[in-house]
Amino acid sequence: MKNENRIKSVSYAKWGYIFILPFFLSYAIFSLIPLADTIRNSFYEYYAFGLKTVGPNWTGLSNYTSLLSSDLPKYAWNTFVMWILGFVPQIIVALVLASWFTDARLKIRGKQFFKVVIYLPNLIMASAFAMLFFALFSNAGPVNSILLRMGVVGEAIRFMESTLGARTLVGLMNFLMWFGNTTIMLMAAIMGINPSIFEAAELDGCTHLQKFFKITLPQIKPLLTYTLITSLIGGLQMFDVPQILTGGKGAPDRTTMTLIMYLNKHLQAKNYGIAGALSVFLFIISAILCWFVFKMNTDSDPDGSKSAAKRAKKGGKAQ
Amino acid sequence: MKNKKSSGRTVLAHVVLIILAFLCLFFFYILIINATRSHAQLQLGFSALPGSSLVTNFKNVINDPAIPILRGVLNSLIVSGCCAAIVTYFSALTAYGIYAYDFRLKKAAFTFIMAILVMPTQVTALGFLRLITNMGMDDSLLPLIIPSIASPAVFYFMHSYMQSSLPKELIEAARIDGSHEFGTFNRIVLPIMKPAIAVQAIFTFVGSWNNYFIPALVITSKSKQTLPIMIATLRGADYMNFDMGKIYMMITIAIVPIIVIYLLLSKFIVEGVTLGGVKE
Repeated sequence: MKNENRIKSVSYAKWGYIFILPFFLSYAIFSLIPLADTIRNSFYEYYAFGLKTVGPNWTGLSNYTSLLSSDLPKYAWNTFVMWILGFVPQIIVALVLASWFTDARLKIRGKQFFKVVIYLPNLIMASAFAMLFFALFSNAGPVNSILLRMGVVGEAIRFMESTLGARTLVGLMNFLMWFGNTTIMLMAAIMGINPSIFEAAELDGCTHLQKFFKITLPQIKPLLTYTLITSLIGGLQMFDVPQILTGGKGAPDRTTMTLIMYLNKHLQAKNYGIAGALSVFLFIISAILCWFVFKMNTDSDPDGSKSAAKRAKKGGKAQ
Repeated sequence: MKNKKSSGRTVLAHVVLIILAFLCLFFFYILIINATRSHAQLQLGFSALPGSSLVTNFKNVINDPAIPILRGVLNSLIVSGCCAAIVTYFSALTAYGIYAYDFRLKKAAFTFIMAILVMPTQVTALGFLRLITNMGMDDSLLPLIIPSIASPAVFYFMHSYMQSSLPKELIEAARIDGSHEFGTFNRIVLPIMKPAIAVQAIFTFVGSWNNYFIPALVITSKSKQTLPIMIATLRGADYMNFDMGKIYMMITIAIVPIIVIYLLLSKFIVEGVTLGGVKE
């Protein structure tokens, strides 16, 4: 009987490999081989010069050093600033809305309508959304037309000609596209909190603010961290919105040029060496962030209480 | 006293919600209004009422040989449709392989996929472009579709869904009835996975429809461009000399199909957001 079972499980194991084969084959071909090739290219002098191609010649780390002495730190800073401009209002608004939506005492009319509306921008094509903003906020566009007519401003605001204006527009778009999504995620997390904690707090005479800061926030901390990390990864990839809004130029004076826009520029120009080094740089940052996400997703014991209990038990046995 | 306080909070909540909803809808409202107005009308400044040039603008857009937008819609439909089908099928297949069978590399395979869960595709774009050029797949829609066989995030979603909704006894019962392993997956597992597949098919379709970075690097010929690339060429065009009515109309064509799908399935989609993404 035991023997039969063993044979059975061996014969089924093969199906496991067959079923996961397409995934791993596809990943190896379209991601791992390209990754190896990208890293290899980063060590070569290899770029297009007019119609001619220079290289590939082995140059060691010179692509990396020339990249670090280029405007790369500036572009990393730009990306970070525009991410912050979107993320801070996004997380604050999402927290407030999520706690309102889940508050049973607060009678919000048309809750479903609001949820549907705030999630809508998340599904909009980022490039089309950016093109729309470009048209709406142009010097003679509708937004200026409305502001002028209402008498809010004396002359048209040149939104896209100032660093603050252009960055704020990118931040505003990122905020609009993501606050609804974050709200819905946080709502699910808040609804997962044991309601008896809130009931006990109410009996003890807790105010709304106390409940929010002493119960809700600490309870959903894991999800908040998760949102922060995944949003950072999203921010690192920021491309569509500033690319289209500024026509790939990162105007004014490349203050809205993001890391991926810079990568795109080198890829379009077929500067394989520099693009490779930049990709490796981005890969390292992504790998670190991926590690955090991995830890959070696979850790079934986030606060360490289970392993502590296990250790205590083991210790007890040994004695 | 207490009642008054809570009603004050209710009013505040509604005011904030209305402002945010207005902010979300306002830009799309201007978009639709402006798509109905002619270039001359648009030059006069903003008007809250629609014009009468909707059909004219639409005709101008679809008859423009410089930007073959209908071709773009078709290309985008092909890529997004194929991606949605491939992503959901193969992610469910991979998840089932790891969920239902015991094999030596099972844990390693799962760990690997979890490690690459949120790895951006941009970091390997250089090697990817060189690879598909060597394979003769550059300037084709295929490299936008085939790599989606490996979609770690959708795999994770499917795997979580199986853990909660696919009893292993069912697979065992199918085996006793003489069902082939592939047959079990296609005829028994897939129907059970329907809700998860539907949610992920929608999100994949939308994501693929909106995807810009990789397609813009892969596609070079006009007849193979997807919609986001065409929108980007609008921005690159001599903007000042462009018919503004046409620009608004093109943006409308690019985003309104998604808005319509969303409004039809909104309840389902909003609920679906948290089905897989939430960590306890």
